Amino acid sequence: MGGYGDVRLLREDGLRLDGRKLDEMRPMTIEAGVLPAADGSAMVTHGLNVAVAAVYGPMEAHPRKIQRQDRAVIDVRYNMAPFSTSDRIRPGFNRRSREISKVTAEALESVVLCERYPRSKIRVEIEILAAEAGTRCAGLTAAAVALADAGIPMRDLIVGVASGKVEGIVVLDLDKAEDNYGQADLPVGILPNTGEIAFLQMDGDLSPDEYNLAMEYNFKAAAEIHEIMVDALKRRYEGGEN
Amino acid sequence: MSNGQNGAELRLVTPGMAIGPLAGKRVGSGTIAQNDTIIATRLGWTKEFNNTVSVDPINSAYMPRSGDLIVAVVAEVRNNLWFMNVNGPFQGLLPMSLAPWKVEFGAARQHMGIGDVVLARVQEVDECHNVVLTMKGVGLRRLTQGTTVSVPINHIERLRGEGNATVQRLRDAADSRIIIGENGRVWIDGNAEGTAWARQAIALAEASGHKTTFEAELSALEQNAPKKGDA
Repeated sequence: MGGYGDVRLLREDGLRLDGRKLDEMRPMTIEAGVLPAADGSAMVTHGLNVAVAAVYGPMEAHPRKIQRQDRAVIDVRYNMAPFSTSDRIRPGFNRRSREISKVTAEALESVVLCERYPRSKIRVEIEILAAEAGTRCAGLTAAAVALADAGIPMRDLIVGVASGKVEGIVVLDLDKAEDNYGQADLPVGILPNTGEIAFLQMDGDLSPDEYNLAMEYNFKAAAEIHEIMVDALKRRYEGGEN
Repeated sequence: MSNGQNGAELRLVTPGMAIGPLAGKRVGSGTIAQNDTIIATRLGWTKEFNNTVSVDPINSAYMPRSGDLIVAVVAEVRNNLWFMNVNGPFQGLLPMSLAPWKVEFGAARQHMGIGDVVLARVQEVDECHNVVLTMKGVGLRRLTQGTTVSVPINHIERLRGEGNATVQRLRDAADSRIIIGENGRVWIDGNAEGTAWARQAIALAEASGHKTTFEAELSALEQNAPKKGDA
């Protein structure tokens, strides 16, 4: 993330290598209810990323030692499929997937009304089928839609979105080259209705001004993604009035 | 869902969406109050009744309540009790003292084993979600014949209809006994054709129960109902 001086990530006309503007997101689609066996599910395609999330529960928390007497626990399992990248990924948990599972669970716990289901567990499975930078954000967005689809009470949806810095310039929604050769990455989980931040990570360095600009881009993108999320949920139940 | 609706706009809301100003209204299920605004906490249809705004969720888990009539499945057997799958987050407990038979200590397995289906009632639910069931009561019994199908619990009211009118239509059309458990399990007992038709009707309720077209689709399906005595 320190940047590579000889790799050009911006074109001379000021656009990015894939033709996007600095504050332009990759195309995104969301579909709710893609897995019939799950209580709730969603698929997010964001650029070349494909993330599927499935929610099961609430169910009795096992083993009993993970139970909390006053609230539900959210058990998130983020996994990248072996075929999701050009280099085969060794199947199973690794340090990165454990970390992303943990931060995603903590972000979701801040929006789910866990106190409604004491002693129970809500299982969230996030499977990345194709990866092109920004999978944790795509996974978080998919998980939020899947939780809503499962009828889990939440005080807001949560949107995963990232900005970063390439060639000293702040850009929204890094693609693979920008993520690999850029100078900073700032993924956040935003509650679009309240404007709260449920999760924030930063890789690389940003000055205060750059950080503010990156967050401005993130909030703008979060509003766009939120509309797509709501539309996906409404589409699933369209014609359902009355 | 429109019953009792008085003035509030009926619309599909997602978690976090503002339903409207609090303005003296009470917040019902599926909503919270935040900064004088009523916020939806679930995906569902808004409803206002008796000055209380709530959201009828499209999907939700079954949370047992005392007095619910449910179709439960035996999940575990101990010497003096059965653990029952009630189609909810937690298993229900049926002690031998609340079984319809006189059960000796250690003889629980002789009466019901894993996988047996029963019609039971929720006796008690405590704040920790411990559920106690009873089979003492009129009609509560082990279901030794028929089949069970599952429907989302928010479609149960639709399946029942006003004053059980819809389920009675299904019973008549399918010429079968049909019992709808509050936990989203429906027991059907009839001949093969009747059971198959009832399954179709319930699948229709599951797929279209929340749509305005449900009533028309059900009426169309009734035209294809097996004639009585066909078996």
